[in-house]
Amino acid sequence: MSESVPIVLRVNGEEHRLLVEPRRLLSDVLREDCGLTGTHVGCEHGVCGACTVLFDGRPARSCLLYAVQAQGHEVTTIEAVAAEGRLSAVQQALHEAHGLQCGFCTPGIVITMEAWLAENPNPSEAEIREALSGNLCRCTGYHNIVAAIAKAAARRAGSAA
Amino acid sequence: MKPARFAYDAPPTLAAALALLAEHRDDAKVVAGGQSLAPMLNMRLVQPARLIDINGLPELASVTRDGDRLVVGALMRHADLARDPIVAAQCPMLACAAGTIGHYAIRQRGTLGGSLAHADPAAQLPLVALALDAEIEVASAAGRRRIPARDFFVSILATALAPDELIVAVRFPVRGPREGWSFRLFSRRAGDFALAAVAASLALSADGALAALRLAAGGLGPVPLRVDQLSGLATGVPMSRERAAAAARAVGAAAEIEENERVPADYRRELLAALAQDALDEALERAR
Ligand SMILES: Cc1cc2nc3c(=O)[nH]c(=O)nc-3n(C[C@H](O)[C@H](O)[C@H](O)COP(=O)(O)OP(=O)(O)OC[C@H]3O[C@@H](n4cnc5c(N)ncnc54)[C@H](O)[C@@H]3O)c2cc1C
Ligand code: FES
Ligand code: FES
Repeated sequence: MSESVPIVLRVNGEEHRLLVEPRRLLSDVLREDCGLTGTHVGCEHGVCGACTVLFDGRPARSCLLYAVQAQGHEVTTIEAVAAEGRLSAVQQALHEAHGLQCGFCTPGIVITMEAWLAENPNPSEAEIREALSGNLCRCTGYHNIVAAIAKAAARRAGSAA
Repeated sequence: MKPARFAYDAPPTLAAALALLAEHRDDAKVVAGGQSLAPMLNMRLVQPARLIDINGLPELASVTRDGDRLVVGALMRHADLARDPIVAAQCPMLACAAGTIGHYAIRQRGTLGGSLAHADPAAQLPLVALALDAEIEVASAAGRRRIPARDFFVSILATALAPDELIVAVRFPVRGPREGWSFRLFSRRAGDFALAAVAASLALSADGALAALRLAAGGLGPVPLRVDQLSGLATGVPMSRERAAAAARAVGAAAEIEENERVPADYRRELLAALAQDALDEALERAR
């Protein structure tokens, strides 16, 4: 009744033909079957944000999706963000502002905040803090992450103008 | 943190989804946004034999107008409710409340129907549905029916839905002239479930008297509650900030609040009075 099923998973523009049990989390399939270990796994119940990927361009917890659900959809992981060898605005700002220590939370933060900044190009510090509430960081105390997001926002606005 | 085995179906049509539900009933679980169900599956708090994925049914993701009702599809995501200009103009309380749910990434997936069917006692959208006297439109292979929000929420995580029924849409009243609204909640950290929340909608007549009042509170017990009756406000009487303040105190004093070790009832009683005061003030302001 619940044997493995064949699926075609489109990740970062590439097709993966896989055989998966329906209960396999998208996060696990990305890491174990596609070899894309940039997607991190913390809590597996939606709280920490480390596993966030883009699902049809929108941030989504990959631990709250099953890989079978991703058929016919486009998944984008952190590996695609600096694919051309150039860091994204959020990545560059995190680097400059020392917005990471161990880096466990970083992929989820980059994926989430790039999408959020595209929708909220001119955020206040309070808005940045609220947006970051969905990504837990156990190292930095958030201060430098907030500074990095503000910097990335300013830089994005500058390059858009 | 890995779910037990389940079979998976992604029916291509509503009829196919309803047929699967009719066949499997309690053995199956519908999955929409998965933002409440997947954590429960991953923790094995629920172990259905089958998931029926309704994300491929675009007919459940529309917003249409039917007379004085805004008919909002069950698959509308929280983020889309928050940014849809039609929802913002015609049912602003719904748009506002949806924008306060969880976190940015959670709102991109979570749906209106999923939130109502999940029926968390502190959730925003069940409170809005109750406060606005929305009707929940449900379908099964046998036909359709509309359930008033007052009859829908039965207990913690329990609703009037039968095992073979699917929520297809929710019918909200369109905001009328001289109608003000407010949605207020308090949580300790951004994105946490509310410790208490209040939804208020009031209409004034041309002379400034109260023409209609709807007041509801969430997070106080197993289901959201209507508290208009506790406010002492009567229609036909001129509205003022003083009357609103007295009403908020009366609601705080009289509301039934469940004792809870983590958040004492007395604390939530004070929260409720303060939130009701802010909500009534803001609704009054917006009605003028
Ligand atoms: C970190 C985090 C924080 C959150 N914070 C909040 C918060 O502050 N406030 C809040 O309200 N919610 C919060 N949520 C939950 C979120 O709002 C969910 O989106 C919502 O509760 C369920 O919607 P869903 O579409 O994800 O439903 P699912 O998880 O897919 O389903 C939930 C339940 O509803 C049933 N169901 C789904 N759709 C239908 C339908 N159309 N007809 C019949 N049954 C259906 C499912 O079978 C299941 O039993 C949070 C979730 C997370 C992970
Ligand atoms: S691992 Fe997915 S949110 Fe924590
Ligand atoms: S840098 Fe270590 S968790 Fe954020």
